[in-house]
Amino acid sequence: MPRDRKWQPDALTPWYKTSVKRSPQAALLSFPSTLSEETSPVFGHGMLGPLDSDLIQNFAQPGESAIGPRIVVHGRVLDETGRGVPGALVEVWQANAGGRYRHKKEGYIAPLDPNFGGCGRVITDETGAYEFRTIQPGPYPWPNGVNDWRPAHIHFSVFGHGFAQRLITQMYFEGDPLIPLCPIVNTLKSEEAIRALTAPLDMHRTSPMDARAYKFDIVLRGRRQSYFENRKEGL
Amino acid sequence: MPQSLEYLKESPSQTAGPYVHIGCTPSFCGIDVYGEDLGKSMKTGPVTGQEITIRGTVFDGTGTPLRDALIEIWQADAAGLYASANETRGQADPNFTGWGRSPGHMETGEFVFETVKPGRVPMPDGRLQAPHISFWIVARGINIGLQTRAYFEDEADANAEDPILTRIEHQVRVPTLLAKKTGEGEYRFDVHLQGPNETIFFDV
Ligand SMILES: [Fe+2]
Repeated sequence: MPRDRKWQPDALTPWYKTSVKRSPQAALLSFPSTLSEETSPVFGHGMLGPLDSDLIQNFAQPGESAIGPRIVVHGRVLDETGRGVPGALVEVWQANAGGRYRHKKEGYIAPLDPNFGGCGRVITDETGAYEFRTIQPGPYPWPNGVNDWRPAHIHFSVFGHGFAQRLITQMYFEGDPLIPLCPIVNTLKSEEAIRALTAPLDMHRTSPMDARAYKFDIVLRGRRQSYFENRKEGL
Repeated sequence: MPQSLEYLKESPSQTAGPYVHIGCTPSFCGIDVYGEDLGKSMKTGPVTGQEITIRGTVFDGTGTPLRDALIEIWQADAAGLYASANETRGQADPNFTGWGRSPGHMETGEFVFETVKPGRVPMPDGRLQAPHISFWIVARGINIGLQTRAYFEDEADANAEDPILTRIEHQVRVPTLLAKKTGEGEYRFDVHLQGPNETIFFDV
C-alpha cells in the first residue's frame, strides 16, 4: 500500500533545526512497488543471543544489572490490514535512566551506567508479538532551541517482509509532560499520530515485585497478499 | 454511514536521531553485545557474478558530509534473484545475502559495500528493470527514511529501456541515480540531500 505522506511527518520541519539542511526539496518520484521493494532478507531466531532482548542484563557485569525503573515493553508488529508480522526484526536503543547515551559524541553531564549498553533486539513470533526488558530511560536536554528536552523515549528500528516497509520510530511513555513540548514529537502532524507512538502502562503484563509493563504496537505498511504466504525461516 | 474499512495507519516515523548506531551497529560504537554488526558482510562464501565495491558519501544542503547516518542497501544477486522468503522465481545465490548496512566512516562518513553487481529484476508486468541497488538512508534531521536507488552508468543500454528511469520527468536529474565507475569493479554513489545535484528520492 502506498505510504500516506499526509499522515507521516514532512521532511522539512524548521523547528527541528537539523531538518532544514537535510530535507530533500524536490518532489519524490512515485511508482508502484516492484520485487525490489516487496522482498527482504530473512532474520531467523537462531541469530539471537539469550540476552539480546534484556537490556537490564546484556551489558552488565556478572551478578550486576542496569540501574533504573525496571520495565517490560511488549506489543505486536502488524501491517495495515491488521495481520501480525512474524519474523520481523525489532532493534531498540535508548539512553540510560539518567538520560545519557553510551556514545562518544554524547556530551550530557549525566553519568554513564557501567552496566547499561543501551541496545537490544528481538524477532517477532508467529503472531507478530515481541517483548523485551529494559530500564525506563530518562529525559535529556539537547541542542536545538535554548532549552529543549526530549521526553523519555525508546528508539525502534523495524524490519518486516519488504524493504519498503522499513521504519524507524520512537516510543513515548504515557503521561510524560515533556511530550507536547518536544520539537521532534511535534514533527508529527496530529494528536492521533502522537497517540500512536505513546505506550500505555499495562498492569496486566507487569512482573509482580519486578517490573512494570508498557504496551507498544507497531504498524508497518500493508503488503500485497500473494507475495507473502508460506514464509519460511532461514538464515 | 457505511461500515468502517478498519485499516490501521502505518506507525508514524520519527528521526533515527544522532545515536542510531548504538541500536543498529553497536559493535561499531564499541558496545559488544551481539558480535559482528548485522549487514556488515553481504557475502557468506564464494559468490557468483562480478564482485564490486560501492563507496559513497551522503551530503547535506551545505555540502557537508553526514557522519551520523545509517545506510542500508538491498539488491538482487547476479542472476536477478532476491535472497528473500518472498522470492518465488528461483533460488538466489546461497552465499549472498543481498542486504548491507553501513554506519559510514567515523571521520569522513563514507560508506562502503562489498557486494556483487545485481542482475535484472522484472517489473510486475514482466518488463525488465536495469540493474539497481535499493538504498534506505536515515539520520538525525531526517524525519522519515529516504528511499532511492543506485543504477550503474556502465549499463547504458539497460538504463535506456528501464521503465522507471525513462519515466522521470526531469531527465536532467537521472545522473543523480547513477553510480559512477571509478575503476574495475569500483563504483561511487554519492547522495545529495539538497542542492543543484539533489538525488532523486522515491516514494514507493
Ligand atoms: Fe534519543
